[in-house]
Amino acid sequence: MNPVLLLGQLGRAVLTVMAAFGRVAIFALDALSHMLRPPFYPREFGVALLNIGWLSLPVVGLTAIFTGGALALQIYAGGARFNAEAVVPQIVAIGMVRELGPVLVGLMIAARVTSSIAAEIATMKVTEQIDALVTLSTHPMKYLVAPRVLAALLTVPALVAIGDIIGIAGGYTVAVQNLGFNSAAYLRNTVDFLEMRDIVSSLVKGAAFGTIAAIMGCYYGMNSGRGAQGVGRATKGSVEAAAVLILAANFVLTGVFFSL
Amino acid sequence: MIKLDNVKKSFGDNHVLRGMDLEIPKGSSMVIIGGSGTGKSVALKCVLGLITPDSGTITVDGQDARKGDRDAFLAKFGMLFQGGALFDSLTVWQNVAFRLLRGSLKRPTEEAREIAIEKLRRVGLKADVADRLPAELSGGMQKRVGLARAIAAEPEIIFFDEPTTGLDPIMSGVINDLIREIVVEMGATAMTITHDMSSVRAIADNVAMLHNGVIQWTGPVADMDASGDPHLDQFIHGRAEGPIEAVR
Repeated sequence: MNPVLLLGQLGRAVLTVMAAFGRVAIFALDALSHMLRPPFYPREFGVALLNIGWLSLPVVGLTAIFTGGALALQIYAGGARFNAEAVVPQIVAIGMVRELGPVLVGLMIAARVTSSIAAEIATMKVTEQIDALVTLSTHPMKYLVAPRVLAALLTVPALVAIGDIIGIAGGYTVAVQNLGFNSAAYLRNTVDFLEMRDIVSSLVKGAAFGTIAAIMGCYYGMNSGRGAQGVGRATKGSVEAAAVLILAANFVLTGVFFSL
Repeated sequence: MIKLDNVKKSFGDNHVLRGMDLEIPKGSSMVIIGGSGTGKSVALKCVLGLITPDSGTITVDGQDARKGDRDAFLAKFGMLFQGGALFDSLTVWQNVAFRLLRGSLKRPTEEAREIAIEKLRRVGLKADVADRLPAELSGGMQKRVGLARAIAAEPEIIFFDEPTTGLDPIMSGVINDLIREIVVEMGATAMTITHDMSSVRAIADNVAMLHNGVIQWTGPVADMDASGDPHLDQFIHGRAEGPIEAVR
């Protein structure tokens, strides 16, 4: 193939990706600015808190408890290869709080909340409800986007904290019930080993992942195509983008907190 | 008065409006007719600012539609959307009173609910639908709720986008009569877009036909049948043969 054509295609692809990032960044800044400026819609914010926070608790809890239990089993089996079975409490704690808690909660929120926001807003767009909002003197960014992003920003760190605790509890249950660990020693090792930096990083990641999840849902919903196919594409695209961005943000934030 | 002056709008290579000129006198009912995809909805959305025209000017009572206080501008308008565009998550009365529950026209909740129920009665719906969700209503009832929402804040200008699409002939007649009654009663300026000739005859003071992105013919509804315009004749008689291509 002609190298100039190849370079041209590569350039176009890079420009397309950069333009998409630019559009999302402008949308995110717009959403954040609307969160700070009145009018505010407390009812919509309350509904978003309920949907994103409270109703996500079961899936977050179940994901965390099974992950914590499996992690304890894996660390015990792996540690046994070099007589390090005793590190189970410390590694479960650090693994859940630093990485698995925030990432798994973030991905669960992407699956549950991002898809739901994208589908709902896309359907509103397709059925002219967003145009109706505008004609009723209501800014869609304020009424639809700002309450959801703010609710995700506030509730996902709380979900991560709950996920961390439940995940550690899952590891504790498996270790004490199946692997013969002493209950008091397990808890003491867990508490002693965790640092404030671990907990802060977990909560900051939660806030970042929640914001990403909500913004991607809103962005794809507001920019969906026409008809059922448009809604389907918006929903699929929002979850894919949110999941990838959450994993990328996790890498960056881990670097910021633990490599510097 | 609403005035469109040489309004142009394209979507890529699709030149939808190619210099549309139209005047709608205050207090009159203008119906815009034309085939599917001729830009009727685009014209209406350009007036509301939902779509930005590429060029041309739109003024409402002498004020440029794109300048000035947007909220005050939109407060003049009520709009009935083609599919109703009711908010699924809100009850019927909350939909009707949407504008009265927030923003510059905000009223106490009880008062807003009373106004909503009164407007629902005005469009022939009983008070017991007020607490239902839109999904629990038939298409005709949803249209009436949409109409009640459009008139809830007593706007000076009301837009109707295909008000009878998807309704049976009897319900279409009911909606047409309601629109005519409400527009006369409120003294509002009305702009309706439709393909339905029974709606045109029931609602219009004046008619404008949009074809190829420009106003092909405009005049009083009484002159429509004797216009002598072959495009309008073909359209109002529903003939496949004529200057308008049947396959577009």
